[in-house]
Amino acid sequence: MSQRPYDQLKWRRRLAPYRRNWDLYLLLIPAIALYIIFNYVPMYGVQIAFRQYRAKAGILGSQWVGLKHFQRFFRSYYAQRLIFNTLGIGVYSLAVGFPIPIILAIMMNELRSLHYKKFIQTVTYLPHFLSTVVLVSIVNAFLNPKTGLINMFFLKMGRPTIYFMAEARYFKTIYVLSGVWQNMGWDSIIYVAALAGIDPTFYEAGRVDGASRWQMLLHITLPSILPTATIMLILRCGHIMGVGFEKVFLMQNDLNMSTSDVISTYVYRSGLIDAEFSFSAAVGLFNSVVNCAMLVIVNWITGRLGGTQIF
Amino acid sequence: MAIRDSRSDKAFAIINVTILTLITLIVLYPLVFCVSASFSNTAALAAGDVVLFPVRPNLTSYRAVFRDNSIWIGYRNTTCYTILYLIISLTATIITAYPLSRRDLKGRNVFMLVFTFTMFFSGGIIPTYLVIKNLKMLNTVWAIVLPGCLSVTNLIITRTYFMNSIPFELQESAMIDGSSNVGTLLRIVMPLSKPIIAVMAVYYGVAMWNSYFSALMYLTDTKKWPLQLVLRELLLANMITEVTDSTMFTPEQILLYEGMKYALVVVASLPVMCLYPFVQRFFVKGVMIGAIKG
Repeated sequence: MSQRPYDQLKWRRRLAPYRRNWDLYLLLIPAIALYIIFNYVPMYGVQIAFRQYRAKAGILGSQWVGLKHFQRFFRSYYAQRLIFNTLGIGVYSLAVGFPIPIILAIMMNELRSLHYKKFIQTVTYLPHFLSTVVLVSIVNAFLNPKTGLINMFFLKMGRPTIYFMAEARYFKTIYVLSGVWQNMGWDSIIYVAALAGIDPTFYEAGRVDGASRWQMLLHITLPSILPTATIMLILRCGHIMGVGFEKVFLMQNDLNMSTSDVISTYVYRSGLIDAEFSFSAAVGLFNSVVNCAMLVIVNWITGRLGGTQIF
Repeated sequence: MAIRDSRSDKAFAIINVTILTLITLIVLYPLVFCVSASFSNTAALAAGDVVLFPVRPNLTSYRAVFRDNSIWIGYRNTTCYTILYLIISLTATIITAYPLSRRDLKGRNVFMLVFTFTMFFSGGIIPTYLVIKNLKMLNTVWAIVLPGCLSVTNLIITRTYFMNSIPFELQESAMIDGSSNVGTLLRIVMPLSKPIIAVMAVYYGVAMWNSYFSALMYLTDTKKWPLQLVLRELLLANMITEVTDSTMFTPEQILLYEGMKYALVVVASLPVMCLYPFVQRFFVKGVMIGAIKG
């Protein structure tokens, strides 16, 4: 019993940092509550992927069906097409959309006129701020078979017009190139910053040794931005199966469905249009798990290669 | 310059400038064309006479756009949503980032993990939809502004700014003088954080202005639709029928619709584009601060 005052003191000392900052913890409550409601409750609710969800019965009252929905998805005609399209758009975007901002940044870095550089940056950042709806509308207007600029040009050249948006084989290219048009400037910002951080004495030494600008680009500039590029590559590889819903959904129509249907649009259609909650939750869960796994794997690989890791 | 450029260096510079100019033109041209097309005579536009500058300029397309009531409703809704979203998201970001920026906050890494974990894994759109539905938030403004009001990226950027740009000693001295934690946030940290608050306001504001996904998911009442969803309805929903089925509209209607498309694009993008020259540096600054943490 005689230990009691000492124990109290110990506890008081241990709790002191919490008590001193009690109001800081209070400030965190709204955000934690938001995340629990809108992020963690849905994570708990994802178990409907293993159940036959009925709204009346609630999540726990709905019957447990195990992997039934997953089996149905993988056996369906859609699974292969959806995975192929999702992965295809991801890989295509990565292959084209990853190097171009780096090249753009290096080219801007080589410019002597700072005013011109500023001007190019201002212009190339601009499309990033257009909304997806506006971007897709512009793409549609330009590719319209009757009134679009490109087909008008074809007509004047005496070539037949092409209805690009209705031809399945053009979908991925249109998607990727319009994405490059919209984001190459914006994505180059981070490399421009990395290039600005290179020690100018490297270049001075190169000049003294008689290196040409091309040689300096190869041996000084490129190695200097390699770490930044690696991190960006890891981040992008992690999202290779996470093709965004918004743009694909707007560009999609009945005629190009065979190449434009991706997992996220399929989840939306089967879940919210056809109200098959459990089945589409299962498809969505499959996608989330793959995304998460990709990020971990890519990170592990670059770690093994002795490169930069993000976590 | 001590060492003269060699001939190959000159060639390199010329090729470089040429390609960059070409890229700039490719980026700029569609934007200029949209503006020119929106002011052009619709018949000239349909005949393909508009190449760079407006042909026989008039305001027919704009009149047609503004005659449409749904555009006004969309504009009003988006403005309301954006203002409400800005108030909520800025408050949430600041009051959450500040505690997480404090080195003396025990367990802050655990709290941070609560937020960052959601970047790697999510329940997906269906379980989220069911939560919103069970909370009776369908067809209310809360379904639009609450779920996305605190972005992890913006939280990290703000927290990084608080940690790196505001000396902790300054905050400590305020607290020695008897200031509470909240008092320090309000009187010391916030006044020194105007740049980052501006960056966040612009990020959140543009994101909300341009978004349509949550409205598509949660709003079925067309009177509550934001501008982007109205635009989608006007510009994209009937895309295929418009092209394949020419019996649906009269030739005049089709002509007018051609001009309207471009006028709509301009009208919808105008607020952000007008703001852009002034806020560009804030955007870039945000990317830089975010890049430090990565």
